[in-house]
Amino acid sequence: MASVPYPIDEGRGETAVRKDSYWARFAHAWVFTVDHKQLGLMYIIIALLFFVASGLQAAVMRAQLMYPNNTLVSPQAFNRMFTMHGTTMVFFVGMPFIAGLANYLIPLMIGARDMAFPRLNALGFWLTLFGGILLYSSYLAWAGTAGQGSAPDVGWFAYAPLTEKAFSPGTSTDFWILSIIMSSTGSTITAINILATALCLRITGMTLARMPLFVWMFCVVAFQILVALPPLTAAQIMLLLDRFLGAHFFDTRAAGDAVLWQHFFWLFGHPEVYILMIPGFACVTEIIPVFSRKPIFGRAAMIGASVSIGLISLGVWAHHMYTVGLPSKTNIFFAVATMLVGVPTGIKIFNWTATMWGGRIRFRTPMLFCIAFLFQFLIAGLTGIMLGVAPFDWQLGDSYFVVAHFHYTLIGGLLFTLFAAIYYWFPKATGRMLSETLGKWHFWLLVIGFHVTFDPLHFAGLVGMPRRIYTYPAGRGWEGFNYYSSWGVVIQAAAIAIFVWNVIDSLVRGKKAGNDPWDAWTLEWATTSPPPEYNFAVSPEVRSSRPLWDLKHPEDPDWKYEQV
Amino acid sequence: MSTAAALPLSKTESEVQNLDRGKVGLICLLMTEVALFSIFVTAYLFFLGKSPTGPYPADVLIVPVWGTICLLSSSLTAELAVRGLRAKAKGRFQLWLGITILLGAEFLRQTGIEWRKLINVDGLTISTNVFGTTYYSLVGLHASHVVIGLTLLLLVFVLGLRGASLDAHERRIELLSWYWHFVDAVWVVVFTVVFVIGR
Amino acid sequence: MNLRFRLLCNFLLFPTLLSAEPLHAVGNIFRPLATPAELVSDLSTLTLVICAVVFLIVASLLAYAVIRFGYREGDSRSEPAQVYGSNQVEIAWTVIPILIVFVLAMSTARITSAVQDQQVPKDAVNVTVIGHQWWWEFRYTDLKITTANELHVPLSTTAERKLTFLTLKSADVAHGFWVPQLAGKTDVIPNRTNRMWIDPKELGIYLGNCSEYCGTQHANMELRVVVETPEDFEKWVTQQQERAAAPESAENQRAFLSSACIACHTVSGTRALGRTGPDLTHLMSRQTLAATEVPNNAATLRDWIKDPQRLKPGNKMPTIKLNDTQLDQMVAYLTTLH
Repeated sequence: MASVPYPIDEGRGETAVRKDSYWARFAHAWVFTVDHKQLGLMYIIIALLFFVASGLQAAVMRAQLMYPNNTLVSPQAFNRMFTMHGTTMVFFVGMPFIAGLANYLIPLMIGARDMAFPRLNALGFWLTLFGGILLYSSYLAWAGTAGQGSAPDVGWFAYAPLTEKAFSPGTSTDFWILSIIMSSTGSTITAINILATALCLRITGMTLARMPLFVWMFCVVAFQILVALPPLTAAQIMLLLDRFLGAHFFDTRAAGDAVLWQHFFWLFGHPEVYILMIPGFACVTEIIPVFSRKPIFGRAAMIGASVSIGLISLGVWAHHMYTVGLPSKTNIFFAVATMLVGVPTGIKIFNWTATMWGGRIRFRTPMLFCIAFLFQFLIAGLTGIMLGVAPFDWQLGDSYFVVAHFHYTLIGGLLFTLFAAIYYWFPKATGRMLSETLGKWHFWLLVIGFHVTFDPLHFAGLVGMPRRIYTYPAGRGWEGFNYYSSWGVVIQAAAIAIFVWNVIDSLVRGKKAGNDPWDAWTLEWATTSPPPEYNFAVSPEVRSSRPLWDLKHPEDPDWKYEQV
Repeated sequence: MSTAAALPLSKTESEVQNLDRGKVGLICLLMTEVALFSIFVTAYLFFLGKSPTGPYPADVLIVPVWGTICLLSSSLTAELAVRGLRAKAKGRFQLWLGITILLGAEFLRQTGIEWRKLINVDGLTISTNVFGTTYYSLVGLHASHVVIGLTLLLLVFVLGLRGASLDAHERRIELLSWYWHFVDAVWVVVFTVVFVIGR
Repeated sequence: MNLRFRLLCNFLLFPTLLSAEPLHAVGNIFRPLATPAELVSDLSTLTLVICAVVFLIVASLLAYAVIRFGYREGDSRSEPAQVYGSNQVEIAWTVIPILIVFVLAMSTARITSAVQDQQVPKDAVNVTVIGHQWWWEFRYTDLKITTANELHVPLSTTAERKLTFLTLKSADVAHGFWVPQLAGKTDVIPNRTNRMWIDPKELGIYLGNCSEYCGTQHANMELRVVVETPEDFEKWVTQQQERAAAPESAENQRAFLSSACIACHTVSGTRALGRTGPDLTHLMSRQTLAATEVPNNAATLRDWIKDPQRLKPGNKMPTIKLNDTQLDQMVAYLTTLH
């Protein structure tokens, strides 16, 4: 180690005066921590736990729908299940997962010691977790005078006036409202933290132009969270006022308006799906170049496309409302806007492809997940265009075609990128590699299971199967698609089981990873695996967007070619 | 990896460019608040004229002139307080802060008086009709933000009285004053929508 | 739901084979049988083709990249050429998609207008559709007919175009009216009036569903649209306009009229004036029960009245305690209401 002109702090060793008890150390690590890496991991852990719970709900639903006129579960139980499944996946799997990625990686990628507001960070985490616990405690809720306790059953977008006290007596809807308000507060905290960190804590030499695209995309996401979550919170406050103080926002029997809820909800709801998906884009934008051995193609275009998506996504919400009976001019406007938001998304797919073009692609597990993502998200985006064409949506909307579309974006798109991220950054966080063999089994089983389940559901929608039905009769043309779709669940469950085993086994005896197992180029690979609490002992020099490439290739550094 | 050029842990890029994370954080928070209030304002405008039965805005709303004067002046006095703090004149700071709090409290008192009249005399509650619903929720949302602001201002005032050294917290107190200005700016919008457009 | 009901549903699905009309049970959106559905189908096909072409091109490029540029043993271990981007390429793949969007937008605008802005002709059949939890009420206000769950409309031919205009209202929560082969879906929202139209071009019975989640029994809110020749439609109208059939047995009618049923149901010309549930005046003219596919006959009707919660758990018809005699009498009366 070259001599340095200042003492290097190796950790708590020199300064610790007494050894804390096991429980004190446990509490500091897992309860009182404000360290971004620890909180990041905690976010991801709870996301995975809720993922398993919600996946089980999905499995039961697909078992019920496997046959026509099935009686595996009651209609009430089924309706609760699809509500909880959707709510959990969006608010307690998706949002915590992206918060975890942001919190863990952003400070490392910009050479900072922690996020801008570490204690606020911890508050955000605990609010999110307790929101999830509140939601699930609804299953234990007291039956109430109307005998209507238990989990919410109004659908994850909770249309009015079904959610008014008159039609949903009891407490279940209130659990839905309050748990999401808690979780949304946590998400807002994360968003504030992301922007403050990225704008204020970048290391010397890292201008905004040289900031990793991962961080850029999370800044777009943070902006969207700040602007798009409040409409949901506002609508939920209004619903609480309706339910408890007799207000009439959505009370259609007293001049309230059901469509107003839809406007407010989808003002949140559409940006929300980009809030979930853009972090996935952020991950693949870092992973694909490393495994193709080339820089990302068109950095400036990627930034421009991300910002465009962030902005345009705020103006397309009524494509969820084409069947509501809005005037034709309104429907046309939103159709055009929706199609336009597909353009920057397409640009990104082209740029990722061009990054691989002319490269020397290594097909390790993270890259496999990225490649599957590209094919699957292409399809998802195109079915999205179909849904954006308003008249086409008059047939496809509220049918299983939509269910297939959004599972394609969320599983085929987001989940695959999240697995790519886990396989890529697990070595950094834990110091150990995940098994390649198990990873490939996980990958292929998930691809097969995913397609077996969701490809047929497009067709069920094309022949008239509406969504959110607990059963269906024979003879409508839906039986075959549902039967085969349900088999995919078994395959996907096997894939997830292999993944869980991979994680546990690798934590114990995975191959040691070292600082930089993938030969990558961003700053997180310039420190140990796992990083010390302070992240960087030595500040790396940053003169381009790929500081480690410049270090490893002093004869051909990026800063000779990059304009900024 | 130790071929890295060993620079001492230096200023961040943004410290060089003078971006304060407290300011960025507060601006982000204010953005969410703007979005939140926008939805309630939208609902208010949407339901104008849609109440099937009275009371109606033109019949019962009294323009809160005095309350508005108090609230908007409190922005001025808040700014004077911050200037006093910057000039290290603690006495001046405490004085103007105290006046700010009193003015804010007077605004709330006026709101309370108006609501008492509306409920007891005019029979307008949040459940009477959609006007009542949107009026109380919008003005109430704003008032709740005034309460939060007053609580924090009072906290700073009391801590200052008890001898806390506030110079170290100058930045934070300035950010609090920005929040207070924001609350006043929102009132300008609410006032326009409820008492000018809506009446 | 017990085995008997399941058997009935699975095997007696086609009571309509007894009638001459074909059953359009599979709502394939690409087999449209009315103008709105046809307009939508044409645009949908165009959209599908465009998306398919885009998919083939991009997927081929992706597949080629993956296959051609994989690292193979023996390849040089040095890094490939570090290409940062190309402005021309970026512009190209921005402009081309925008052009595609432009084409699709033009067609979308045209079809959206054609469907939504259709004027109501003077000779249109007008029906007010009222969505309830969990059944459909149909009121032909001009013709003074009220019925439930089964919508009769006249056939439309090129020689004689006959449009049926539906005015959609809800009595409680949001529902959706969707019969795929006739038109795209339109939501049925309380405190709001929506409009749609159909001009069915083939005789038959079209099945559809409620398409907006509306609570516990959203799944069992089936729509049956019976498209008849204009003559048959007139016959049906006349039949529906008549008052309730005179009772064969006064005692049977008394059993019904003294029950709690009349609080929710109407039989015109009697004391039964309830409006919460479906109108029963011409109950036996309907093919199925309770907006499900259970066929409508004495046996199923008896089971339904005895325990409505068995066929449709959570639905709003309460289980009324009736002894066998009362039940038999009521069923005997109701089955006379053609």
